[in-house]
Amino acid sequence: MEKNKTFHRKKILVSFLFFFLCFLGLGVRLSVLMIGHSEYYGQKAKELHERERSIKAARGRILDRKGVVLADNKTVCTISVIHSQIEEKEKIIEILSKELGLDADFVRKRVEKVSAIERIQSNVEKSVGDRIREYDLAGVKVDEDFKRYYPYGELASKVLGFTGGDNQGIIGLEVTYDSVLEGEAGTILTVTDARGIEVDSAGEDRIEPVDGKDLVISMDMNIQKYATQLAYQAMETKQADSVSIIVMNPQNGEILAMVNVPEFDLNAPFDYDGEDAVGMTQKQKQDALNRMWRNGCINDTYEPGSTFKTVTAAAGLEAGVVHTSDSFHCPGYIIVEDRKIRCHKVGGHGSEDFIQGTMNSCNPVFVTVGMRLGSDQYYEYFKKFGLLNKTGIDLPGEAATIMHQKENIGMVELATISFGQSFQITPIQLMTTVSSFVNGGRRVTPHFAIRATEQSGRTVKEFSYPVQEGIVSGETSETMKMLLEQVVENGGGKNAVVEGYRIGGKTATSQTLPRGSGKYISSFLGFAPADDPQIMAVAIINNPQGTYYGGQIAAPVIRQLFENILPYLDIRGMEEDSEQHSGGQT
Amino acid sequence: MSLNRFRERKKKKADQYFDYSLLFIVLFLLGFGMIMIYSTSSYEASKDYGDAAYYLKKQAVSTTLGIAAMIVTANIPYHFWEKFAVPGYIISAVLICLVLTPIGVKVKGARRWLDFGIGFRLQPAEIAKLCMILFLASLVCKMGKGIRTGKGFATVLLVPLPISLMIWKITDNMSSAIIVFGIAALMLFVSSPDYKKFILLGLAGSGAIAALIYIIVHMASSENLGFRGERILAWLDPEAYASGKGFQTLQALYAIGSGDIFGKGLGQSMQKLGFIPEAQNDMIFSIICEELGLFGAIAIILLFLLLIWRFMIVANNAPDLFGALLVVGVMGHIAIQVILNIAVVTNTIPNTGISLPFISYGGSSVMFLLIEIGLVLSVSHSIRLKEV
Repeated sequence: MEKNKTFHRKKILVSFLFFFLCFLGLGVRLSVLMIGHSEYYGQKAKELHERERSIKAARGRILDRKGVVLADNKTVCTISVIHSQIEEKEKIIEILSKELGLDADFVRKRVEKVSAIERIQSNVEKSVGDRIREYDLAGVKVDEDFKRYYPYGELASKVLGFTGGDNQGIIGLEVTYDSVLEGEAGTILTVTDARGIEVDSAGEDRIEPVDGKDLVISMDMNIQKYATQLAYQAMETKQADSVSIIVMNPQNGEILAMVNVPEFDLNAPFDYDGEDAVGMTQKQKQDALNRMWRNGCINDTYEPGSTFKTVTAAAGLEAGVVHTSDSFHCPGYIIVEDRKIRCHKVGGHGSEDFIQGTMNSCNPVFVTVGMRLGSDQYYEYFKKFGLLNKTGIDLPGEAATIMHQKENIGMVELATISFGQSFQITPIQLMTTVSSFVNGGRRVTPHFAIRATEQSGRTVKEFSYPVQEGIVSGETSETMKMLLEQVVENGGGKNAVVEGYRIGGKTATSQTLPRGSGKYISSFLGFAPADDPQIMAVAIINNPQGTYYGGQIAAPVIRQLFENILPYLDIRGMEEDSEQHSGGQT
Repeated sequence: MSLNRFRERKKKKADQYFDYSLLFIVLFLLGFGMIMIYSTSSYEASKDYGDAAYYLKKQAVSTTLGIAAMIVTANIPYHFWEKFAVPGYIISAVLICLVLTPIGVKVKGARRWLDFGIGFRLQPAEIAKLCMILFLASLVCKMGKGIRTGKGFATVLLVPLPISLMIWKITDNMSSAIIVFGIAALMLFVSSPDYKKFILLGLAGSGAIAALIYIIVHMASSENLGFRGERILAWLDPEAYASGKGFQTLQALYAIGSGDIFGKGLGQSMQKLGFIPEAQNDMIFSIICEELGLFGAIAIILLFLLLIWRFMIVANNAPDLFGALLVVGVMGHIAIQVILNIAVVTNTIPNTGISLPFISYGGSSVMFLLIEIGLVLSVSHSIRLKEV
């Protein structure tokens, strides 16, 4: 037998050293992994072990200017089953189908489905959810959730808008202020094993949701409610297609009411029950819903008609091409190039000054003023008054003005523009523009949102809106107020007279396109007090049957509105005015 | 009389050597392994078998049997086994082939076990490792100086090849094949005074492996690679194969990474909750890392290093070459297996199934390892202190 030689020992030592180096290398490798990459792999492992369940944040409420809740949240429950935790399958099927009023086969299919978590029904009333929770069935999960709830149902539906399944705004203010209202969802992190079973000892990590902020808007629920009543009344008596009413403070652009009847139920925005509802395709139904949700005051344009004469008057006064004392003659028509443009009074208004012309809403007078301005200058004023831009109202989908290209405005076009035809604007655009004529020349941004607050009422953010000064001079503004007060006091707007108040306004009756269809839009724009307007309202009646003159059917709507809201808003009447005067004298 | 006898016995005792430190390291590793097996398997075991100690109990039985076998082997002079060298070689070949007969058992797609109907299964590859150590030690001793000739060198290199290939091809167990061949290479290295040949062999081997990896990586389509090729791709970028071949490796890396320096604490592993399938087997080291941190992992590596150091001491002091080579074989077996296991778990080399000696769950493995330790103890027992 051979002896254990020295070279053997040396080789054994070399082998050991070789193994030693391998171990050393592995030690280094481990250190790199466990120190250098620890955070990376540790995080990855954590993500693997944690199941995330999100907790919805309560969406902020929408409050009117006096704190009345217009959009709120209601607690509802979502019922789901977790397949792996189910113990008494038959009992679960029986109880769930009974409590939820669902078909047993439907519930069975869900309960028997092998999935991590299967939703049986969402938007279940809290009382039902509580009852199901009390059965304490293994594998049945009752999660509470918030659902948007609108206490006034239809009120201001097209303004407030509604939210979808993921708590996101779909139309209206709910869209514009989504980021304010939505809040931040929280999460529950539970640690589970590879099968998805929660590990009890690990506990759970909770990231609390941040509730959305409340939005205080300038709307006054009472005014909105009353205006809605008036609008429905007008729509019914005149068998009109739709009626819109906007009430705004012309000094700062705060909108107190915006009505578009027919409104729809915000608590069931996807229910369409028009006559044509039966047998609709999915797309047809969606189109019908989109029409139902449209806010005519801002999404649709129309030919403003005579109310637009205020623009021609303001431009003429600003340019100095017309003065209140200028005299005109109306034979019942005016010839522009080869076209004979008729006045609404067939016999003509005869001789009249500019004040009388405005009171009479005389087409030849305004065509003449338009001609004096010329198309270039008229277009420049159109632009200066902001009519080519959107108003910037805080509602989605504001429609842009549809206007001729500057180079396409010939004499005939200029003449028709002068009395409000051949182009289209939105009602809110008209209101904003006229506001700037009567508030001293400031173009305000019409808006709803005033501030965002916490649930406690603490203000988080005050909203501010741009105001453009110098639209018209103070002098022009004074003249405009006087002219428009005359329209109501002595002219075509006398149906808007409110006892004891100084009212200014302008009527309009415009034929819808195509001409000769016999469809009209009657409107009236009024404001009070006429010498220092605090409130402005417009009523637009779409396709009224029978009498269609704005002065006869739209002006009374505004009168009724003003009769109620002027005292309500504590707006100065004439008596107080004179009392103050006499008080000052003594 | 009696006093004299006592003195004689005492003298005899003092002359004899027994490597207690080696024994204690092994016993410590076994105990630690049991704790880790319980820690890693209890959650899954209670889910699957309703008994948290299911794996622990089975391992305890094999360990007890193994320790008994170790004590017996340690007390038999190792030269007794020399006559079993050739029969051992033949028996391992036969046993490997038996896997193909009805007594072969297939577990998770691999036919690696034999079931003789005596209560436990046997992995012929484990027997083959032991027999190979014995056979080569005896062969080298018989060759004497013949080992220095090229023919002798080639003989020692070629003799283990058939067994190695059989393990690879018949039982589809490449890792055991590598270990058998590795043991042979180490024993040859120790018995031959030459260095140059080994350096050349090493270089050629590394070159071949590098070339193979290069070819696999640059292959246009990975579809015709087979599962080993895909394993190599998964090794290079486990996250790209996260749901397939890279899954186990990636899960092990998650476990190791989340261990940090001091670990989550014993029993606190998350990855053992089913994320690493059968964590008590080949991937147990990753759970050690997760629960005991870098600190615990390095401690285990140091223990193995200590064990190998003890092997070196015993081998260097063995009374003859046969004893020394037996110990070198065992040292090679354990060292290679530990290195490969940790390298796989840390994704240092492509994934291949190798258990961690004394710690991983597995009956035949621990039993044959303990018999090998018995052999080493037997060699240590015959060291005469005078000669040290």
